[in-house]
Amino acid sequence: MLSRVAENLYWMARYIERAEDTARLLSVNSHLMLDLPGRLPLGWAPLIEMTGSLEAFTARHTDFDERNVVHFLCADTDNDISIISALASARENLRTTRDVVPREIWEEVNQLYLSVADHAENGVSPRRRDSFLKSVIRGCQTLTGLIEGTLSHGPARTFIELGRQLERADMTTRIVDVRSASLLPQNPEELLPFENLQWMSVLKSLTAYQMYRQQVRLRVRGPDVLRFLLQDPNLPRSIACSLETLGHELSLLPRQDRPAATVSLVRADVVDADIQALAHSPRKLHLFIDELQIGFAAIHDTLSATYFVNDDSVPRVTHTQTQSQSQSQSHAGDNDND
Amino acid sequence: MSQVNWNNYACRDYYDELMAAPGQPRDSAGELCNMLARFSAEELAERKTAAEIAIRTMGITFTVYSEGAMIDRAWPFDIVPRIIPASEWRKTEAGLKQRVQALNLFIDDLYHDQKVIKDKVLPAEVLAQSVNFRPQCVGINPPHGVWAHVCGSDLVRDGDGTLYVLEDNLRIPSGVSYMLENRNVTKRVLPELFASGKILPVDDYVAQLYDMLAAMSPRHGDDPQVVVLTPGIYNSAYFEHAYLAQQMGVELVQGSDLLVDDDDVVYMRTVEGLRRVDVIYRRVDDEFLDPEAFNPESMLGVAGLMRAWRAGKVALANAPGAGVADDKVVYAFVPALIRYYLDQEPLIPNVPSYLCMFEDDRRYVLDHLDELVVKPANESGGYGMLIGPRSTKETREEFARLIEANPRNYMAQPTLALSTTPTLANGLAQPRHVDLRPFILSGPEIHVTTGGLTRVALVEGSLVVNSSQGGGSKDTWIVETDDKAAAAAVKGV
Repeated sequence: MLSRVAENLYWMARYIERAEDTARLLSVNSHLMLDLPGRLPLGWAPLIEMTGSLEAFTARHTDFDERNVVHFLCADTDNDISIISALASARENLRTTRDVVPREIWEEVNQLYLSVADHAENGVSPRRRDSFLKSVIRGCQTLTGLIEGTLSHGPARTFIELGRQLERADMTTRIVDVRSASLLPQNPEELLPFENLQWMSVLKSLTAYQMYRQQVRLRVRGPDVLRFLLQDPNLPRSIACSLETLGHELSLLPRQDRPAATVSLVRADVVDADIQALAHSPRKLHLFIDELQIGFAAIHDTLSATYFVNDDSVPRVTHTQTQSQSQSQSHAGDNDND
Repeated sequence: MSQVNWNNYACRDYYDELMAAPGQPRDSAGELCNMLARFSAEELAERKTAAEIAIRTMGITFTVYSEGAMIDRAWPFDIVPRIIPASEWRKTEAGLKQRVQALNLFIDDLYHDQKVIKDKVLPAEVLAQSVNFRPQCVGINPPHGVWAHVCGSDLVRDGDGTLYVLEDNLRIPSGVSYMLENRNVTKRVLPELFASGKILPVDDYVAQLYDMLAAMSPRHGDDPQVVVLTPGIYNSAYFEHAYLAQQMGVELVQGSDLLVDDDDVVYMRTVEGLRRVDVIYRRVDDEFLDPEAFNPESMLGVAGLMRAWRAGKVALANAPGAGVADDKVVYAFVPALIRYYLDQEPLIPNVPSYLCMFEDDRRYVLDHLDELVVKPANESGGYGMLIGPRSTKETREEFARLIEANPRNYMAQPTLALSTTPTLANGLAQPRHVDLRPFILSGPEIHVTTGGLTRVALVEGSLVVNSSQGGGSKDTWIVETDDKAAAAAVKGV
């Protein structure tokens, strides 16, 4: 398989996952806001931090109010990581590689983008937001299902899966990081009001609430949630689970030594993490998450160095230029989550 | 009630490909015309819809540039085929082979001894002012001495029924995928007529193209690695690039997929690592092919490609520089070139041409702008032309200025009474002007497509058949009228 084709499929999957996870974040935050009294400092700003787009946001807005944040993350076509931009990038990535995937997959991506482009502005208004975000999540899940159910087990599917899992692990860390920093009590015995509610929102943004209740315990508690989201081997959106899948997919490829070694290292960090210690120190947790993010960037870099087009002296074909620019920007965004 | 009444078919003003006179189909077209006349209005509409559905489901599209946005249009197609008797086609085929052979010898000569200029067959100034002569190609010896591996020559028929060559496209001619797909659609829509075995098949092309490309490989023994190089999805012929790559079972690559190493070898970047490339069927223009050798701004090409080609480590089709013969002024000299290189009389005539670089010709052209078609030497796709009889005074004055300013860049031809062929419009068969683009493959052997791509002006009276300007197309049938030959063809003799 051509490196360009592999790279396009990998990014397509990352963008789809990013659109879905951003929609999840917005959805859960909207519900949480309805439950919390207005005086709590939580607000909408953490969403901007989570998505690593503080700089891009402040260049455009001064107020972290609901309208600005939601519009920025849903419908702002100048913002590379908005839902609309992510889907546009996914579509452009698939456009040149549509020959290697069943036609329905291209049609679904195309349709999803077109329908989001029609409705993104509506998605900003609180009244219609819920159904808009649900439709984004459903569209992305439909696509995942189509890929699962129709695409042969081969390199195309492998690279899609690599992109999806890495982006997913990345988004899960971001959610844990920002939420935890504002939620973890300085003194763990001291239960802050609404702490319970806020941890529930973290679980819900990952559709992990019910699974948590079934597998862990009935009561939602910080350290347990943290262990569940970082280390649970069975929860599809836990970091350990994503890295496990990533490692398995890599084993199907030629020349996988370096990326596989990198994945193993990051995975070991996650599995060996001292959850009790992390749960009791927001600072330690934040540093740990930083390390993981650097690890994910290293996984991406070894994947890229091993399989993708890496010659910067060769300019991209015109149409991929804007896209590779947005890739490098959003990739830079992967690292500035401090 | 039937819709197509050949007695009312108004073909008197032009030579018609299917009808000798109203109500009188030519020999080769009798069966088709009878069938169409038997169709009820509903049946005719049904077949037309079937074609539209087939084109949509087969995804046959044509891209039209517009303001940076991309429009994928369904390929405009007319279900009534155009027919050429096999006996006539055999002569045309021989004429095309002769022409391409001479053109390849000519290009090779220009990049070596330039005997044609020393012997004063081609004026030195024609070459001196050629836009498509590439000094970078001087002294290069491509395999088999062939430069124009794929040639698309446009043929037109004048009022008296004579076929002329209108132009030769030697750079990166396109349209062959539509020729192949037109046949596939027509087989679905009018299957009855294919049963007799009189319609000669067209589907050898892709295999011949692959064999020709593979035969160019600089490495012997191994399975040659052939690729199709495309500028990408926004190119108007992207459908064709993808189609040919897919049909040949080779990779469709973009410039960024390839690299030339210090060893002058071309590699493509795959997930398994670098893989050597032997033959590139490039669909990127010369100027964009290699930023090292040509336009340094090009983002479509591969740095070092010319180096690799010159070193004989990779084969390119068509060879860079082949476009030097794809010049409407050089065109006027092709009959002379055939005599010079092959010592033969041309089998297919040229359309009479006036070269503005010669003073007498120029004066004639300037005096007769309202009768002539004026063409710039190096445009394609029907751009930048003046069609005298349809022009306004202002455009004629503008062209007069253009010609005076740069006479070498203009040539003119009489306005031809292009032949017509029945085409469905509003449920009726009506005469519409057509041309024909056969494709000629030159490798160890020369192959000509069976017929070619018939382009048709869908607007009544229009002479513009280019797809980029709203023309359509139809299937082209080479029909064996001799029953014995047809029977032999069916048996595969």
